[in-house]
Amino acid sequence: MSEWPLWEVFVRPRRGLSHQHAGSLHAPDAELALRNARDLYTRRGEGESVWVVPSAQITASSPTEKDPFFAPAADKVYRHPTFYSVPEGVEHL
Amino acid sequence: MDHTTDPVAEPASFRALLEADERVEPRDEMPEAYRRTLVRQIAQHAHSEIIGMQPEGEWIQRAPSLRRKAILLAKVQDEAGHGLYLYAAAETLGVDRSELLDALHTGRQKYSSIFNYPAPTWADVGAIGWLVDGAAIVNQVPLCRCSYGPYARAMVRICKEESFHQRQGFELLYALAHGTDEQHRMAQEAVDRWWWPSLMMFGPPDDASEHSARSMDWGIKRFSNDELRQRFVDMTVPQAEALGLTLPDPDLRWDAERGSYAFGEIDFSELYRVIRGDGPLNRQRLAHRVGAHEDGAWVREAAAAYEEKRRAERAVPA
Repeated sequence: MSEWPLWEVFVRPRRGLSHQHAGSLHAPDAELALRNARDLYTRRGEGESVWVVPSAQITASSPTEKDPFFAPAADKVYRHPTFYSVPEGVEHL
Repeated sequence: MDHTTDPVAEPASFRALLEADERVEPRDEMPEAYRRTLVRQIAQHAHSEIIGMQPEGEWIQRAPSLRRKAILLAKVQDEAGHGLYLYAAAETLGVDRSELLDALHTGRQKYSSIFNYPAPTWADVGAIGWLVDGAAIVNQVPLCRCSYGPYARAMVRICKEESFHQRQGFELLYALAHGTDEQHRMAQEAVDRWWWPSLMMFGPPDDASEHSARSMDWGIKRFSNDELRQRFVDMTVPQAEALGLTLPDPDLRWDAERGSYAFGEIDFSELYRVIRGDGPLNRQRLAHRVGAHEDGAWVREAAAAYEEKRRAERAVPA
């Protein structure tokens, strides 16, 4: 028998925080993936909400293209507040 | 150099990550030998977690109180969870969990030899928690900084959970050691049984450890076997004193010069014998594991059939 599909598990530790990737697991369907995720990743109250996503459904950027892909962000230093000079003594800015 | 044909050839990006002490992630380029070493190590670690459920699992139904039973159940469940975290980490390297289980079941991959020893009394459950989990923690804490990201993350989770395992074992032994004479004796005998095998959990001495240097260079291993073994001894001796139990080594003494405990020579021929398959319970442990897998086949088939049926129902709306 072939393996059950792989699911990625995202857990929200508590209200006010976003879901974070916790790990992965195998399950035959989404419902059992949720139950397995509860048993595997929240045995000590680590979460109050869980998402499961079929791993095959995730599209990821490629690590080999990392430089050109993220390059547009690197040369725009003026997006950061530290780019701007402020006269001494000016506060709340 | 082409790293797809030469297993140890290193892509420059890989060495750069190691030098920056950054983590290697699943889709990064890596030497084939690094990938294979990790698959072997993570799989062996995962197998150890699930085989490790057996010596203690045998005691769940014989636990002396409901409190102890609930604790042991939670611990054994954790071991199953640790196995799954680790199988998932290994799968990020392009292997399938079913392949790894098959390699375990057919003896192509190993698990830690410590689980080939029997747990004949309730005190052994305490000694396993205190000594075996204690040694495992010393081995595992540096793995939280291992160069391979998914393995390191799994280890962080595991280490957080292990400390309860060690403490419950210590508490269990403490209760026995401070109980009747017979209970005290039982605790002492269990410690006598598990002390030397626990020291062997750190592997062969440094000068006989084949893969150590390369694993250190790759940032998989951070400390040598002998360094970790010494750390474990130094931590454990004062704990034994607190328990009121002795460790079965006449050569064990404080070495003020080194600021460490000196200990007697380890009989590694025993370790090699157990690794070769001639430990007290190698055959039974594996047979039990294979049996459990086969007995569970109907559950896996039923779940797959159920999903198949529902998929068909979704395809044809009523």
